[in-house]
Amino acid sequence: MLTEFGKIFVFLLVAVIFVIALVIVAWLIRPSRPTKEKLMTYECGENPEGSPWVKFNIRFYVVALIFLIFDVEVVLLIPWALVYRQFGLGGFMVGAIFLIMLGLGMAYEWRKGDLEWERAKIIPPVIKRPVFSSKETREAEPVKSKQLV
Amino acid sequence: MSLELFLFLVFAAVAAVSGILMITRSEVVMAALFLILNLASLAGLYLLLNAQFIAVVQVIVYAGAIMVLFLFVIMLLRPEHEKIVTKISGIRTFAFIIAALVFVQLAYVILKSHPGSALNSDVTASVNAGTVESIGTELYTNYILPFEAAGFLLLAATIGAVVLAKRKFE
Amino acid sequence: MSLLQLIGITAVKILIIFTMMMLTVSYLVYFERKISAWAQNRLGPNRVGWYGLLQPFADVFKLALKEDIVPTNANKPIHTLAPVIALFVAFTTYAVIPFGPDISLFGITIPLVVADVNIGILYVLALSSLGVYAITLAGWSSGSKYSLLGGIRSSAQMISYEVSMGFSVAGVLLFAGSLRPAAIVLSQHGWMWNALLQPIGFITFVVSAFAETNRLPFDLPEAEPELVGGFHTEYSSMKFAGFFLAEYANMIIASALIVTLYLGGWQVPYIESIGLPAGLVIAIQIISFFAKIAFLLFFFIWVRWSIPRFRYDQLMSLGWKVMFPLSLINIVWVAGLIMIFRL
Repeated sequence: MLTEFGKIFVFLLVAVIFVIALVIVAWLIRPSRPTKEKLMTYECGENPEGSPWVKFNIRFYVVALIFLIFDVEVVLLIPWALVYRQFGLGGFMVGAIFLIMLGLGMAYEWRKGDLEWERAKIIPPVIKRPVFSSKETREAEPVKSKQLV
Repeated sequence: MSLELFLFLVFAAVAAVSGILMITRSEVVMAALFLILNLASLAGLYLLLNAQFIAVVQVIVYAGAIMVLFLFVIMLLRPEHEKIVTKISGIRTFAFIIAALVFVQLAYVILKSHPGSALNSDVTASVNAGTVESIGTELYTNYILPFEAAGFLLLAATIGAVVLAKRKFE
Repeated sequence: MSLLQLIGITAVKILIIFTMMMLTVSYLVYFERKISAWAQNRLGPNRVGWYGLLQPFADVFKLALKEDIVPTNANKPIHTLAPVIALFVAFTTYAVIPFGPDISLFGITIPLVVADVNIGILYVLALSSLGVYAITLAGWSSGSKYSLLGGIRSSAQMISYEVSMGFSVAGVLLFAGSLRPAAIVLSQHGWMWNALLQPIGFITFVVSAFAETNRLPFDLPEAEPELVGGFHTEYSSMKFAGFFLAEYANMIIASALIVTLYLGGWQVPYIESIGLPAGLVIAIQIISFFAKIAFLLFFFIWVRWSIPRFRYDQLMSLGWKVMFPLSLINIVWVAGLIMIFRL
């Protein structure tokens, strides 16, 4: 079996060499004429505003956390799945209990709304002053728009 | 020099060098990348020891899942905030003491233990012990309770992790 | 088999796979453009070479000769590393996929797979879990808001679908009882294809494969109306080509995996019992493997022009609330099938 892993190791080495060769060849043949504006971060033609490392939604972190736990459960379930045939009802029960606990975890996340991906709430600004200052509209109530979800 | 010894030396060297590079980087993302390389070369070492399941789990769980979480956290923090940690006084001495203790412990285990006394001297038996199939069989026969306990622990982790994460950031 | 023969055969196989990958990837780009053109009643590339057949080479040379622009506030080493990881992961997965039965040539039995390891499927899962880094790092290192947001979005997408992919694979393993891809193929003899026995797992795997390869309808990372190019906004020249090639190589890998795990691999139902000469049977089997992959690739492109893109919240809830529970149900279903029918 170690020879088979050896073949994989050789394959990995070939792939590394191939990819690095690709990068080096491209580096050799391409031109390089940088200017200050060319090297500016692309922001639709405007000058970039503020730090590019903006703070993103904390939900991504929670997703990674949930992923980690379920990934461990996948890894634990695979040895069970492999030898399942050799063990009858007992094997089924072992897996079933594990899967029930997994399902409970998922149900908890679902119930608590952690699997929910909140959509950004679009709240249009409430217009305090009428845009047109004609006599009819000046005394009118400020326009309140409905909150969209 | 046999091929196995050569591969062992290669993997061990990669693991050691990437470990040193990891703790000396000032950029956190670079340090995380070297940690991934370190974990991957450890997987290679496990493979040489015929512990196939452990090797793959090492890559899938450590290099593939835990490090993704690490990277997400690093990306969540902005690079300006990276230098705060070094300002805590005494953290270096503390780290050195911990590292020295772990080193002494490892050295003691390696030098004083009797490798092979608990293991079967039969090579094929040791090869078979590391396959995913044999681990599955063990889970069914001798380790049903730990297996289910692991499932229960993960259930607790599922609940606890998310509760804590939410409290921390809200 | 002597050591020299072993090394020779392995070298030839690795060479064949690499050339095949490069050729199929470049022609896949051509076919995607042709089929897209056909779907939209256009002509598609038809100038370079006969029917535009040399177009892929023209594209590669054009990209290679372009200037490589790295923004000043990008992290240069990581910016270069990201496409390298993407290509590396895309190429190496192919090492364990069998594309035919064992053949004997000059008295030597040669399995038509580079490495027949007994943890083959886990190897594929491990590599695909490393593929996330290419996108995360590309997004982070570019030093652009679009890249960062695109990168973080697509890595969250990939890890979400990786879970249901893993559970779907567990369903296949229940049947096959082995992690060796060759054994999984052999377990689907006759019409015992996993796609027919566990349709739920098949669907969840295919959907996850679409999400993992970042193809439409899940190509949120690109999302050109809002995030310009997503994680590869700041990539140009050969580095961009790297991501581009990796995406198409991943499509081929995903198709090959679907064929191996669910569509019987290289097997053609009952072809051994017709009584054709052995050589012909093997040839038909190898051709059928590639035909199945070609059909799935066509399916990838077909879906692209048939289904509109998902919104990000829809994508995440599809992954966690539909595909994930379905893949769990699939495991129970398969375990029950084996229990009841003793398959």
